[in-house]
Amino acid sequence: MIKTVYSKGNLVAKTGNEIIAEALRQIEPDVMAAYPITPATEIVQIFSQFVADGIVKSEYVAVESEHSAISATIAASAAGARAITSTSSQGLCLMWEMLYIASGLRLPIILAEVNRAISAPININADHSDTMGARDSGWIQIYSENSQEAYDNMIQIIRIAEEAKLPALVAMDGFITSHCMEVVEIYPDADVKAFVGEYKPERYLLDVRRPYTLGSIDLQDYYFEHRYQLAQAMRDARDIVLDVAEEFKKTFGREYSFYEKYMLDDAEVAIVIIGSTAGNVKAVVKELREKGIKAGLLKIRVYRPFPTEQIAKDLAHVKAIAVMDRSDSCSGAFPPVYSDVVASLYSSGILNPKILSYVYGIGGREFCGEQIVNVYETLGKVASGLEKPSNRIEYINIRIE
Amino acid sequence: MANLKELSKNPVRVTSGHRLCAGCGAGIVARQTLIAAGSTPVVVTNATGCLEVSTTVFPYSAWKSPYFHSAFENAAATCSGIEAAYRSLKVQGKVKEDIRFITFGGDGGTYDIGLQSLSGAMERGHRMLYICYNNEAYMNTGIQRSGATPKGAHTTTAPAGKKHQGKSQNKKDLTQIMIAHDIPYVAQSYVGNWNDFMTKVQKALSVEGPSFINILTPCRLGWGYKPECTMEIARLAVETCVWPSYEVENGVYKVNVEPKVKKPVTEFLKLQTRFKHLFKPENTYILEEIQKSVDDKWTFLQRRARSTCEA
Repeated sequence: MIKTVYSKGNLVAKTGNEIIAEALRQIEPDVMAAYPITPATEIVQIFSQFVADGIVKSEYVAVESEHSAISATIAASAAGARAITSTSSQGLCLMWEMLYIASGLRLPIILAEVNRAISAPININADHSDTMGARDSGWIQIYSENSQEAYDNMIQIIRIAEEAKLPALVAMDGFITSHCMEVVEIYPDADVKAFVGEYKPERYLLDVRRPYTLGSIDLQDYYFEHRYQLAQAMRDARDIVLDVAEEFKKTFGREYSFYEKYMLDDAEVAIVIIGSTAGNVKAVVKELREKGIKAGLLKIRVYRPFPTEQIAKDLAHVKAIAVMDRSDSCSGAFPPVYSDVVASLYSSGILNPKILSYVYGIGGREFCGEQIVNVYETLGKVASGLEKPSNRIEYINIRIE
Repeated sequence: MANLKELSKNPVRVTSGHRLCAGCGAGIVARQTLIAAGSTPVVVTNATGCLEVSTTVFPYSAWKSPYFHSAFENAAATCSGIEAAYRSLKVQGKVKEDIRFITFGGDGGTYDIGLQSLSGAMERGHRMLYICYNNEAYMNTGIQRSGATPKGAHTTTAPAGKKHQGKSQNKKDLTQIMIAHDIPYVAQSYVGNWNDFMTKVQKALSVEGPSFINILTPCRLGWGYKPECTMEIARLAVETCVWPSYEVENGVYKVNVEPKVKKPVTEFLKLQTRFKHLFKPENTYILEEIQKSVDDKWTFLQRRARSTCEA
């Protein structure tokens, strides 16, 4: 049950899409360019209505494809505007080329993303394949468990992106969060605007008295350094994420970090997960704790930049860990979150925890209750040495011959 | 009409020192465009291509106006994003100047991979001038066929060989496609007539909505001629009616350059190695087909010019 934590907060019932549109109304970007796609369409639909009604001053560019959506957003940002787009699934796939260009040009554009499976076969339900496919494109990625988090993340990400000079996306699970009505605390417009502040780029194209060339050809004599600077910017963005979270807490009262630890500090077995399913896992952890099982959860919020050292430190004491991926890498190796968690622990010299890889929820497949309990049971057996940890990906709730 | 005396006072905003080939038409197009714009502030966007790679080799730039490039197929969408930002910041009082927006794309970036983005931007009515510097093939990657490549031309992906005689299809009539968008100003021009082109640029920049100029821009490497012949070749394209110079202002057609004597297409073709194989006796029929297609298009254009004038 959500309660107001901010003195001037107001509780409203909204879907994830509605609350993101609400955040965008409050942020009031200079330019929004977007293209409709299920399940994110409502965001731009609602926002267009704000434009049509003169509620926001933003320029809305109803482009003819997602590729043009992000191209126009990038260009608007280069021109000196705060620019936002929104998409999901195939839309993000079509943007792929431009994702790298946004980060390579160090333009802090924002993307309101709704996680959805990718084709083929075509499927409109939640999984994380779309954003995981973009995980190494130089974008900050922040995931939301519910609508409140999506709203709070959207407010914070503007500051994070602009300070880091990196593009950034806020993700929530398709339908589960985007279409589910929840109670959300919203903050007054003026307070959100004050928190977000004004976008003040150092250089921009519309500053015609200081002309500059952006998007040059950059060959073997400079390219490597520029790409290094990008990677370093992502590493440096970790401090920015924490600073903005700190100020957000001071202002609005809600606490955020790279991830949420739920009964993790003394846990012997733990699940690492991203997104809405964390809510279901919390319920199971609570039940297991009542039975005396030391279960815990680490819910990743900031996936890019990945908090390698911190996550290693916070998982070091856990005997058996299940990393739950809502996307498969189809690589012959392991899925993305598992790979990042294992690399983080190994590179920090933490070799004790047994780490299992699970893939769940692909294309909207159910994963709840008993299935989560089963994962913790397996972890318990591995932790106590009764069972050898599996060295391959375990697929949950799937029909395999 | 552009006035040479006045134009000579305008700032040059594409500088020398860029790395385009000797005799390249694209540099002439860019330079004349910005001279024609006078002292009006412009923001230039550019599709990936010869003009982009040759004028922006980091840390150098040939551009004295703000210049932006991001990718190949999205130049029009890019320009539309900047124009949208301009409208927003202008209303907010954050930008004071009156600025115009110009996009350059080659024929590959315009006829083919960027056509959707161009069509979308034109339909949305952004105030922007899109200039296609049309050299009739993918020259930056080494002379591959595009939708703008004319019938019979040898390119590296539609080469002349024992069985095929270069490109077997006709070029796409992109100018007509742009006219069908019902935008305020569309024109065809050519390198080699500064007055024709710069007048069109000035007209295009003065209209309230989107405008499009398709300028035939010879490529000495891809077309196979001596670098000093760029102007001559382009003029022959107009004199043979292979590439008529015309404009459509609010739906009204006007042929800007009427050849005194309509020369046979072979006068244009014979100077270029890309058409060399067509002059073998067994390929005469292709020359005849090209001539017929040029004649038909020319007749169509004249008819359009007459009928829209009367209307």
